Amino acid sequence: MLFDPNVFLQQLVSTDYMLGAALSVAVAVLSLVLATVIGFFMAIGRTARQPYLQAPAHFYVWFFRAIPALLVLLIMWNALPQLIPALRADWFSPFLAASVGLGLVEAAFMSEIIRSALLSVDDGQALAGRALGMSPTKVMVKVVLPQAIRIALPPTGNELIGLVKYSSLASVISLRELLTTAQVGVNITFRYAEYYAAAIVYYLVIVSVLSFLQSRVEKRFAWTSRTKTTKNLTAAMEANTVGIS
Amino acid sequence: MKTAVEPAQESTVTDPSPREQTLPAHAIPAQPVLQVRDLHKTYNGNAVLKGVEFDIARGQVKAVLGPSGSGKSTMLRLMALLETADAGEILLNGTRIGGRTHRGHSVHLPERQLAMQRQDIGMVFQRFNLFPHLTAVRNVMLGLTSVKGISHHDARSQAMDMLAKVGLGNRADHFPSELSGGQQQRVAIARALVLNPSVMLFDEPTSALDPELVGEVLEVMERLAETGMTMIVVTHEVRFARRVANEVTLFDGGVIVEQAEPEQFFTNPQHERTRKFLSHVH
Ligand SMILES: Nc1ncnc2c1ncn2[C@@H]1O[C@H](COP(=O)(O)OP(=O)(O)OP(=O)(O)O)[C@@H](O)[C@H]1O
Ligand SMILES: [Mg+2]
Repeated sequence: MLFDPNVFLQQLVSTDYMLGAALSVAVAVLSLVLATVIGFFMAIGRTARQPYLQAPAHFYVWFFRAIPALLVLLIMWNALPQLIPALRADWFSPFLAASVGLGLVEAAFMSEIIRSALLSVDDGQALAGRALGMSPTKVMVKVVLPQAIRIALPPTGNELIGLVKYSSLASVISLRELLTTAQVGVNITFRYAEYYAAAIVYYLVIVSVLSFLQSRVEKRFAWTSRTKTTKNLTAAMEANTVGIS
Repeated sequence: MKTAVEPAQESTVTDPSPREQTLPAHAIPAQPVLQVRDLHKTYNGNAVLKGVEFDIARGQVKAVLGPSGSGKSTMLRLMALLETADAGEILLNGTRIGGRTHRGHSVHLPERQLAMQRQDIGMVFQRFNLFPHLTAVRNVMLGLTSVKGISHHDARSQAMDMLAKVGLGNRADHFPSELSGGQQQRVAIARALVLNPSVMLFDEPTSALDPELVGEVLEVMERLAETGMTMIVVTHEVRFARRVANEVTLFDGGVIVEQAEPEQFFTNPQHERTRKFLSHVH
């Protein structure tokens, strides 16, 4: 059996693949959002002085770092509805289960990224904010967080790309994301090479687009003015950023 | 030598001699802006402040000299309410700040109340501590918008005025990374000043600067002093202390060793410790 470009191209433009790719990206984005929110509070907890804030955050990270994502997904989809009748309803879809499951696991890793980003902001920054009379919340939101985000952006971009790939685990809970779509097609036609090749193209495109978006966002955090006098400097910095990423 | 110094130190701290309290007639104040009473601070068993006492009157400039590690920064951080004292009181315009007395015990105020009180005390740091993610004008605006609740539009015009006063009207939209150290420190001064504090505290404001940039910052501070701002300046700039300060203080070992008018302080210090310190600086 030779590689049939027609089968390959047909799949490349098929709605099944596009839908699968969209689902993969959606699961990744949604779980990253969830992971960032949970991870932020876990990071705050872990940097807090109070033991009643530290302990739960430590427990969370310890627990979800140890459990395989696959197991979490199986629990989300199979075990939880047995225990919680409300989850047997239609609204609890594989998509939701996958996003929440991956989000819970990813939060343990995001909390590490956010924690080290918060810690790497110079102490003098919070000190200056407090000296102006800003409340602790204002200091966090207006002074520390914007600087921590800049530090956290590159590793978070990596995590998002990782999540796109991890979304393929959701095949075990019958979510028809990108890889499941390919696998289903293969099971019917046995045209492994063509179907898998189409999947490769999609993953490459997705990750390239995400990397591009990431570098765009990172540039917004360059913190240099774009006046005429600094234009050359800015251009040089941008060239650098592109070179690295 | 050491034994000769210590009794003198003791007597200055607990019982300043009348000569040192006598200021020229025109400088005698109605009410002190800031009063510090018997301030103590210990870090992990290391006593850094051991009973600091002084007053500063409205419009006065106090220069604080002293060797490294003597507790000067700690004293400023305590006065700026950025850290809590173990004992002692700070009064701003006659009102106690940072703590209150509850059933005969001194208790610290909660962070929210401290934040309110900090608005009235300006602090300038050795390493500027400008917010790198904000332009110069936005650095100056932040206190106005997020602390005083002033609208963006009004805050911007106030901040622009303040930047013009420190000679940086044309750098308003530059980020800190695009400014020289001297320019950054002037923005930091504007940022503190725009909140219209009762007193400005400077912690070695020129120590992190290249020598050629020191002058522009000292000039801004001198002009600020001329407008009648009450200032406490921890510094190694003897010339500045001599020309601008009304009173010079030697701080050592967590206590005030000597406190005198500049002329007296530099030409005829009363304490052996001061003489020794000055011989190292000159
Ligand atoms: N947060 C802290 N925790 C523990 N020790 C501290 C802390 N801050 C200051 N110290 C100690 O207190 C002492 C006085 O420090 P401080 O910074 O007030 O001195 P300084 O007079 O400002 O010195 P320098 O001229 O070097 O700035 C030092 O021995 C320092 O190690
Ligand atoms: Mg210091």
